[in-house]
Amino acid sequence: MIRFADVHKAFGAKVVLDGLSLEVKDGETLVIIGYSGTGKSVALKHIVGLLHPDAGEVYVDDRAVSLLDRPGLTDLRRDIGYVFQFAALFDSMTVAENVALGLKRRDLPEEEIAERVHEALALVDLTGSDARFPAELSGGMRKRVGITRAIALRPRYILYDEPTTGLDPVTSAVMDRLMVRTREHLGVTGVVVTHDMKSAYTVGDRIAMLYEGRIRQAGTVLEIQESDDPVVRQFIEGRPT
Amino acid sequence: MIELIGARAVQAIEAVGRWGHFMQDLGRAFPDVGTWRGPTMVQLRRVGVDSLPVALFIAAFTGVVLALQASYTFTGTVPLYFVGTLVGKTMMLELGPVLAGLALAGRVGASMAAELGTMKVTEQVDALETLAYDPQAYLVLPRVIAGTVMFPIIVALAMLVGITTGWLTSLALLHLSTPEFLKGLQLFYKFKDTWFGLFKSSTFGFTVTLVGCVVGLGTYGGAEGVGRSTTRAVVYSCVLILVLDAFWAVVLL
Repeated sequence: MIRFADVHKAFGAKVVLDGLSLEVKDGETLVIIGYSGTGKSVALKHIVGLLHPDAGEVYVDDRAVSLLDRPGLTDLRRDIGYVFQFAALFDSMTVAENVALGLKRRDLPEEEIAERVHEALALVDLTGSDARFPAELSGGMRKRVGITRAIALRPRYILYDEPTTGLDPVTSAVMDRLMVRTREHLGVTGVVVTHDMKSAYTVGDRIAMLYEGRIRQAGTVLEIQESDDPVVRQFIEGRPT
Repeated sequence: MIELIGARAVQAIEAVGRWGHFMQDLGRAFPDVGTWRGPTMVQLRRVGVDSLPVALFIAAFTGVVLALQASYTFTGTVPLYFVGTLVGKTMMLELGPVLAGLALAGRVGASMAAELGTMKVTEQVDALETLAYDPQAYLVLPRVIAGTVMFPIIVALAMLVGITTGWLTSLALLHLSTPEFLKGLQLFYKFKDTWFGLFKSSTFGFTVTLVGCVVGLGTYGGAEGVGRSTTRAVVYSCVLILVLDAFWAVVLL
């Protein structure tokens, strides 16, 4: 379980998280929605210890993330796959090398690494792209490689940062299907940050809206769709005012 | 005015703190040999082999110029075989290490700052962390080790090339014989000349690569930020090389 407990975070004078409290239950996919720049990605980075809260704490399986030392943080990160907004693939490595990099950290035999890379690429329909470099891939393919790199680790948690941003509707639907398939096949707990409501309804078990640094409303997909909170309604309907 | 001074003081203290923190993290990463061993081999080749042509090119022309300028300065009052002394001493003690250091600050330091800066702004450094790699062990240590080890090797070869071109120039243009040039070269030679130059270049290598990494990993602000970091890395490295050069002269000579 992942738990945000009254998390505060500011960058200089700009307060981003202002008392964020939220729970992600084991096995579910929670979607965090909200306007651009409201701290969704910042919240996600707190889970893996890329950022530390100014106050409050983030717990992953009751481990206080900000209190972990380097070995503790390494152990934590072995349980978590992170899919970056722009994939963050290593330019100088091929697709297969990108996917294998995290596995090499786990001291697995070469054969098993090769097998897992092959399996993970097959799961995202990228068989045959092993030897290509990130610069040779389309945006959608890069994002799929990003997912592959995360799922090849067989993590307990996967964090998706804006997985469908910048993609055409069909590729977005492919990504949504992939996230659902990943959950069904691997049974992982997921946190998805997005402002794409179609995607949120497709992949989420629950949806939480982040607004002004804290959770405005959290509930099932149906509860959010039927929300009478004007801020939530405006966001999910995409109305300008 | 007081506010400005205070703000600058705070910035300076923060910078010192950041450097201290960085060095502490670097020390902490050192026992993680399994992570830095592989990338270090790649960096040794990149810093060493790939930098060799530019360093040797500079050394070759420096040797020529030194021989000619020495001859011009002596103007018949000093025996011409002192050309060998001047070329040897200057290449080993000063121009070999410093010119190669400055050239490599431009080549190695800038390339490291640009590479790590790009990795930073495209979240590749964060991605490494989420894959349970320590960026200090995977990115920084290999580069710093490569710089510290390879700079003296490059400089040793640069010294050799500079002295050789100085000798050839003496033969061809100054009508000095080989025994005369060698006599001058050996006249005031001390082993300290060699190790001083090599030790100094090792500290230059450490500094250039460390600055490239620190500045690169501190990059923010997209492509413009990468450009800013690259320039900053070269400027800081060049200044530090000159400061270190003076420091070692005061301490060791």
